[in-house]
Amino acid sequence: MDTAVLIQSGLTAPILVPLIGALLAFVIRRWASPIGLLSVAALLGAVILQVPELIADGPQRLAVGGWGAPLGVDLYADGLSIAMLLMTAVVGLGISLYAAACFRGTPARGQAFWPLWLLLLTALNALFLSADIFNLYVTLEILGLSAVALTAIVGGADALVGAMRYLLVSLLGSLAYLLGVALLYHAYGTVDIALLAERIDAEPAAWAAMGLMSAGLMLKTALFPLHFWLPPAHASAAAPVSAALSALVVKGSFYLLVRFWVELFGEIAGGVATLLGLLGAAAILWGSIQALVQTRLKLLIAYSTVAQIGYLFLAFPLAVGSGIMAWSGVLYLALSHALAKAAMFLVAGNLLRFGGHDRIADLDRVVQRLPLSMAAFALAGVSIMGLPPSGGFVGKWLLLESALTQGRWGWAIVIILGGVLAATYVFKVVGYAFTQSENPHQAQPVPATMEWVAFALAVAAVLMGLIVSQPLALFEIGNPFRIRTELAAP
Amino acid sequence: MTPAVFYALTGLGLFVLGLHALIVHAHLLRKILAFNVMGSGVFLVLAGLAGRTPSGIPDPVPHAMVITGIVVAVAATALALSLMLRVAGATGSARLPDETER
Repeated sequence: MDTAVLIQSGLTAPILVPLIGALLAFVIRRWASPIGLLSVAALLGAVILQVPELIADGPQRLAVGGWGAPLGVDLYADGLSIAMLLMTAVVGLGISLYAAACFRGTPARGQAFWPLWLLLLTALNALFLSADIFNLYVTLEILGLSAVALTAIVGGADALVGAMRYLLVSLLGSLAYLLGVALLYHAYGTVDIALLAERIDAEPAAWAAMGLMSAGLMLKTALFPLHFWLPPAHASAAAPVSAALSALVVKGSFYLLVRFWVELFGEIAGGVATLLGLLGAAAILWGSIQALVQTRLKLLIAYSTVAQIGYLFLAFPLAVGSGIMAWSGVLYLALSHALAKAAMFLVAGNLLRFGGHDRIADLDRVVQRLPLSMAAFALAGVSIMGLPPSGGFVGKWLLLESALTQGRWGWAIVIILGGVLAATYVFKVVGYAFTQSENPHQAQPVPATMEWVAFALAVAAVLMGLIVSQPLALFEIGNPFRIRTELAAP
Repeated sequence: MTPAVFYALTGLGLFVLGLHALIVHAHLLRKILAFNVMGSGVFLVLAGLAGRTPSGIPDPVPHAMVITGIVVAVAATALALSLMLRVAGATGSARLPDETER
């Protein structure tokens, strides 16, 4: 395959566009911000162009360099990958617009931000498109290293210590994953997911690999009780970085867990699905309670991420009996959480810029002074709580329905209880925003772009509740969840 | 025990040894070194098991993986070391705050 074919295939664009942007932004520092904005806008265009092609022709596979499986590096896109790419590009564009305004006063920080941010997008897109488990290891490492460096760019003891802990966790997760890859390659002689799926068997090597890879990815996804590193890292980073970490980065490793579960481990796992669900349920309760007792807004939002990640893991036990409904629900939840959580962290950044602090109790009548930001927080809160109409509602509804049709009341109670707790911590913030504080403070102006971006993302999270059928149809292209429809046939 | 299995078991041993050091040592330099020991363990597993082919000719693919892994490990170590220096500069100690007592 020559270079022309490689470029003609739209599958490489989501990886090449931000990668070239990252290199240019690194070399031409003065223009880093316009280069970054242009690259992310081009990325969104490239991903949107893929959608009609995917709907018309079904899943796409590209053997990069013409080698093909089992040795070559294959790219593969189905409805699940495209949904994740779209989420990354949309939220990425919002975060980029916000960052351009946010770093205008501190150009040195902006110049450090853009190359790393574009590299992070490159790694995420490559992760969603890769079809072999070793290439995925490389994307996981690029993702982890760029995320850690982004956390550290604000400087200061909190951010640096948070970044260091994040790096240690990320490297540990990657090494466990790589050891799993080594075992799978040795046992089955390939790293291509599709070929592995044909060959994998319930035997010790596969179980050991499943344990190592799942543990590594759970650590990176911050599933309870492996979540300890997330709140300090996400809460101490700069606002656009916090938004990117909570909205996008944790979804990368979760996506891999779903893929591996459906393709490789689901059949051989036995009771592990219930264990993952129980950890998810514990994360919902623990994360929500921790969010409630936080006094700082960014930590509250970070613990809310821990809780919402818990929801994503409820799909593993529920999918055993109801298949597509649980998976679609949890994907819907992941996409709308990305929009809503990005909006929340950006609002927190606005409040921090406005008042110079993010102590919840001292939020001084910000409703009158930053009405757009508080509206964004409330709308994002609607989606996080799961109230209709919002993307969060659709996701939780599908999960609830799949629990109830199977008569599994325990899971249903956890889903509802998590929503009630989320409502409590969202209203705690909104309540303080209306009241006059005992320590009134000097207010700094907040650029309009920063307010409008947060508002637009929050509105998008609510709109996800109104356009339900198209995303659900998109998820099913290429049957990523391996729902067997031929069961009725002999 | 064939040499390949011997290498693989040694690699697993290094991995566990590194994991232990990572957990018990508080100093960040020791933690970073622990990662390098764990990484070497994984590479030894890959390289060792590559010798277990029916034909007896070692499989070249794991070697390519090890080279990629080494590149990643070098980059990660460089980032970790520079971050450690920044942490030490900002907090006055190359240990994470809640682990200083050890």
